[in-house]
Amino acid sequence: MMNFLSFVTNGISLGSIYAIIALGYTMVYGIAKMLNFAHGDVIMVGGYISLLTATMAGFPPWLAIIAAMVGCTVLGITIERVAYRPLRNAASPLAVLITAIGVSFLLQNVALLLFGANARAYPAMVNMPNVRMGGLTITGITIITVVTCIIIMVVLTLFIKKSKSGQAMLAVSEDKGAAQLMGINVNKTIALTFAIGSGLAALAGVLLATAYPTLTPYTGAMPGIKAFVAAVFGGIGSIPGALLGGVLLGIIEILATAYISSQLADAIVFGVLIVVLVVKPTGLLGKKIQEKV
Amino acid sequence: MLKKINLQVRNNMITYGIVILAFILVQILQSTGNLSRLLQGLLVPLTVYVILAVSLNFTVGILGELSLGHAGFMCVGAFGSAFFTAMVKHGDMPAGLRFALAIAIGALIAGVFGLLIGIPVLRLRGDYLAIVTLAFGEIIMNVIGAMFVGRDSSGLHFSLRDAHSLNMGADGEMIINGPLGIIDTPRDANFMVGVILVLITIFIVTNMMNSRDGRAIMSIRDNRIAAESIGINITKYKLLAFAISAALAGVAGVLYAHNLTTLTAAPRNFGFNMSIMVLVFVVLGGIGNIRGSIIAAVVLTLLPELLRGLADFRMLIYAIVLIVMMLLNWAPKAIEWRERYGLKTFLAKRKAKEAKE
Repeated sequence: MMNFLSFVTNGISLGSIYAIIALGYTMVYGIAKMLNFAHGDVIMVGGYISLLTATMAGFPPWLAIIAAMVGCTVLGITIERVAYRPLRNAASPLAVLITAIGVSFLLQNVALLLFGANARAYPAMVNMPNVRMGGLTITGITIITVVTCIIIMVVLTLFIKKSKSGQAMLAVSEDKGAAQLMGINVNKTIALTFAIGSGLAALAGVLLATAYPTLTPYTGAMPGIKAFVAAVFGGIGSIPGALLGGVLLGIIEILATAYISSQLADAIVFGVLIVVLVVKPTGLLGKKIQEKV
Repeated sequence: MLKKINLQVRNNMITYGIVILAFILVQILQSTGNLSRLLQGLLVPLTVYVILAVSLNFTVGILGELSLGHAGFMCVGAFGSAFFTAMVKHGDMPAGLRFALAIAIGALIAGVFGLLIGIPVLRLRGDYLAIVTLAFGEIIMNVIGAMFVGRDSSGLHFSLRDAHSLNMGADGEMIINGPLGIIDTPRDANFMVGVILVLITIFIVTNMMNSRDGRAIMSIRDNRIAAESIGINITKYKLLAFAISAALAGVAGVLYAHNLTTLTAAPRNFGFNMSIMVLVFVVLGGIGNIRGSIIAAVVLTLLPELLRGLADFRMLIYAIVLIVMMLLNWAPKAIEWRERYGLKTFLAKRKAKEAKE
């Protein structure tokens, strides 16, 4: 029983990271209607920026994290401007998806050339004592991850509900053309979405690399894809959905690793995606959209 | 005389011609000893990649759906056929017949997988379909990588846990050893067989494109709703196209498996990267253009190998090719620019000018 509980807390910790990454997917998908395949690799870039600024430039952890967030925000906006915006009105929706895959590969391989394929040890960015509750030990990083995740969710929900830019995002996700007629700068709004998503990805990168203290050019790829699964699971376009999907997926993955097989854990996670998409394509909290002819 | 034949047929003849010429060229180089060992080792993989590219182009270009799990079907074909070969290799079956059966089995198993996976997948569209094919590709690879199959005098043993839980007798022999895969597969594949399979693949795909079924599939790609309204059975044709594409990828897997002595279901061989590499061939060659896929597969495989300095940059080059090709071919601005200043427009303008004078 104690084992089970500790697996569940591990799952919630991993799931919170998925949830933060899934936010980036869900916002970009909701607003730009595209699957930003490179999102996972922005996580990896965030990890490397924080690692290098902390170890080589000697930044204190909080500054390294901010550096990573700024770096990834700039990266996110640049990717959107250079690779995605020219294709926004392309005839085939596959065009921008294939480009996004290209960007993902580009980031991975640039990192591979710059930093090599060997895993680098990642320093402890945050020090937090472990908490013991009865027989259950909760690590400091777990608490920080979960708290960070909840804070981000609350702030983001408030931002979208209360601020003018947030309202503009909602409008663009509803109807791009109508939003433009209302005087909303669609390009700027989409760029802002990418900026927020990428900044969050950097944070997720720091948390992910701290929880599994190594970093390779491929660190972001798998969590990125799984976070997309989480976003779909919870219902794409929905912020609470990203949280729910992320946490559930994290728990499923850890339990599958513990009780079934570590070899098959990934297969089980992807199996969840397929079942969700076939049974309820809009996800747990998604809105149903009727297709118009 | 060529002009009299239908344009499409002529086009196909050129494609066959290119492949056959390339084959003859390689044979001449080989017999005069001008082919380096490196290139000789690349001959069979080249045919594997060409078949993969053509078969993926069938899904992406003709069916109009993006599949990111093509390596999964290749994996199924490779393991299905290698399993068969491992079962019969100690018997007295002649090598030729054994390989022919292996190809048929690989194609069949991959085709059946394509059909089974297609049923849930093809209900989805666009991004979702792409991500689910990716998911299936990873599932296939992971499950095969966790499979243990052994044989002893009492029959076959199967496990997803480890080799010990097979409970084999003393005369037991491992056939699929989990992450270690299948070893000692006889190297039945050679360049000649590869080229023949390439020709058959091109034959199947181009004939499919010119058939009633093929036109139905293309009409679904161009406008699903219009196709449905004139009575085309969407599900049936989508499944047909998907299964054919999967079966051809399975054939590529058979060639791949019988060109290696050790076959493992590692991400290096059958992972997402492999699927993307094939997608790069398709995109560079031109989506929907069969000949383009063949040329792109050959050039992009040979280039990094021939220019050794490029080998480290191979995946980087693929990434840049992917982005630049998509931007040039699909961005509305780029299309507009091409229409205004492109070579075709330039030639047409000059012709008009000459006609005027």
